[in-house]
Amino acid sequence: MACSKNDFDNRCSSSPFSFTKENEERAKEAISHYPLGREASAVLALLDLAQRQIGGWLSPESLVYISGRLKMPLVKLYEVVGFYSMFRLNPRGKNLVQICTTTPCWLRHSQKIYEAFQKGLGISYGETTRDGLFTLEEVECLGACVGAPALQINDDYYENLTPKKVEDLLNQLSAKKEKS
Amino acid sequence: MSLSPENRIFKNLDGSEGISLAASQKRGDWKTPKKLMEKGRPWIFEEIKASGLRGRGGAGFPTEKKWSFVKKTGLPSYLVVNADESEPGTAKDRDIMRYEPHKLIEGALLAGFAIEASVGYIYIRGEYYREACILEAALREAYEAGFLGKNAAQTGYTFDLYVHRGAGAYICGEETALIESLEGRKGFPRLKPPFPAQMGLYGCPTLVNNVETLAVVPTILRRGATWFSSLGRPNNTGTKIFCISGHVNFPCTVEEEMGIPLRTLIERHAKGVRGGWDNLLAVIPGGSSVPLIPKSICDTVRMDFDDLRDVQSGLGTGGVIVMDRSTDIIKAIARLSKFYMHESCGQCTPCREGTGWMWRMLERFSKGDGNASDINLLEEISHAIEGHTICGLGDAAAWPVQGLIRHFRPTIEKRFDEFKNHGKEKRSS
Repeated sequence: MACSKNDFDNRCSSSPFSFTKENEERAKEAISHYPLGREASAVLALLDLAQRQIGGWLSPESLVYISGRLKMPLVKLYEVVGFYSMFRLNPRGKNLVQICTTTPCWLRHSQKIYEAFQKGLGISYGETTRDGLFTLEEVECLGACVGAPALQINDDYYENLTPKKVEDLLNQLSAKKEKS
Repeated sequence: MSLSPENRIFKNLDGSEGISLAASQKRGDWKTPKKLMEKGRPWIFEEIKASGLRGRGGAGFPTEKKWSFVKKTGLPSYLVVNADESEPGTAKDRDIMRYEPHKLIEGALLAGFAIEASVGYIYIRGEYYREACILEAALREAYEAGFLGKNAAQTGYTFDLYVHRGAGAYICGEETALIESLEGRKGFPRLKPPFPAQMGLYGCPTLVNNVETLAVVPTILRRGATWFSSLGRPNNTGTKIFCISGHVNFPCTVEEEMGIPLRTLIERHAKGVRGGWDNLLAVIPGGSSVPLIPKSICDTVRMDFDDLRDVQSGLGTGGVIVMDRSTDIIKAIARLSKFYMHESCGQCTPCREGTGWMWRMLERFSKGDGNASDINLLEEISHAIEGHTICGLGDAAAWPVQGLIRHFRPTIEKRFDEFKNHGKEKRSS
């Protein structure tokens, strides 16, 4: 997450960020949930909206925009972005595969699920496929322990997995790509 | 002892029925919120007190007491629902929110009314995106039916409830960290006192309650404190949702009477331990933060606050993690230590540094690399963390390690011996 001032300026493109009309409505709605003068409470909601709009990561311009919108110093915003695991400052694959490997999933062989992805995609944790379709990550407890082993792809949970199910899932997701 | 269907509070915990307002009303939700509220605040407090309800989020603090700490100071007061469920082994709040959302909303209204809050926030963990959508839809239904908003349930009382999504941080399940996060900062726990009941969200009196705690409130008020306290035993009353995961034949989330024997719970609902009861090695009975108990204790222990405390463990969140004899117990606990290392917010040195030390030592132990004095050192480190941090995460990281040493020291020593002998064999060959 290290990002010096120079680095930051270099990465900022000249085109400023703004929400789409739909997201603008959502942002307004989120801010309206909190008392006047407490707009900063909406920071997680706005960051999430921006991240969704950009395609899974937060560009420097979007942070500048949100910082102005919520009257938060940029450095405070970076603190927040760095603290929460769901925000990222670099582009990721279209499908973010997050495999839970904490003890309850580990007990039910999450390692095999990881190996199935490794085999199917040819990447390890922290890597993205060349076609930009998949990013693989190891995460801590997803809170789906009863359905262990579990994983999350973007917004959706997949539970009670087996290597065979992973294979089917990958076929399904790759087929989607060919269609689109 | 078994919980009969009519005593079950959560009738749709398996998601077999609908979740709409109409379907929920058929199950008894939103039956008489107005009548309950018209009986007055003192009555609600009395009922909750008499029911003996204790917080379901892990600490088991008496709910009525927590409510009574929220004093009117002239400032507005807030209700915050802690739905940041991230404790390994626990997936109960998720099932409440996706299958019984109206129970939670009604409970939040009644609790909000009791403490005279006019606004409530449901802080749900960011990963639960679908569950947050379900909650929002349920909130819309409740608003349309007039149960929330201005003149909520035709009582003249105003109560607004919003969903606030987190963004991936276990520490935000700690109530003061949750409040920091709600205010738009990183989730660093605050020093207590002042407690949130005096100075919480935006510096105002705030009540933070777990999802399950609030979701049982409407049923308690409708059916009466006597009914609730007739279940379980004194000081451990009512029903509890247990999540059974790990090496069982049928992992499940189930509501049972407090104090059910652990063995009965596993055999009745999870269809037994994989390979039979004798194949059991150990159980973590209340989510990752409580010390594990070996089979000898599992044979007889009852699942309630006091019985588990007496065996130096705890009921915690009710997340039962079962491990059979094939488990490498050192690795299992090492993985938990890694979890705490990852989730430590880094504010207090003992926790930030200590969780990493414990993980690295346990990783080394799991290979067999170490000697008996290292075990003492590990224990010493765990005690140096416990009680020396702002919030409970340090304690929660230390307890599983202490549990491992308490019950499985011979296993660790045996691994050390094997490693040494293996080394010797290699050298001599």
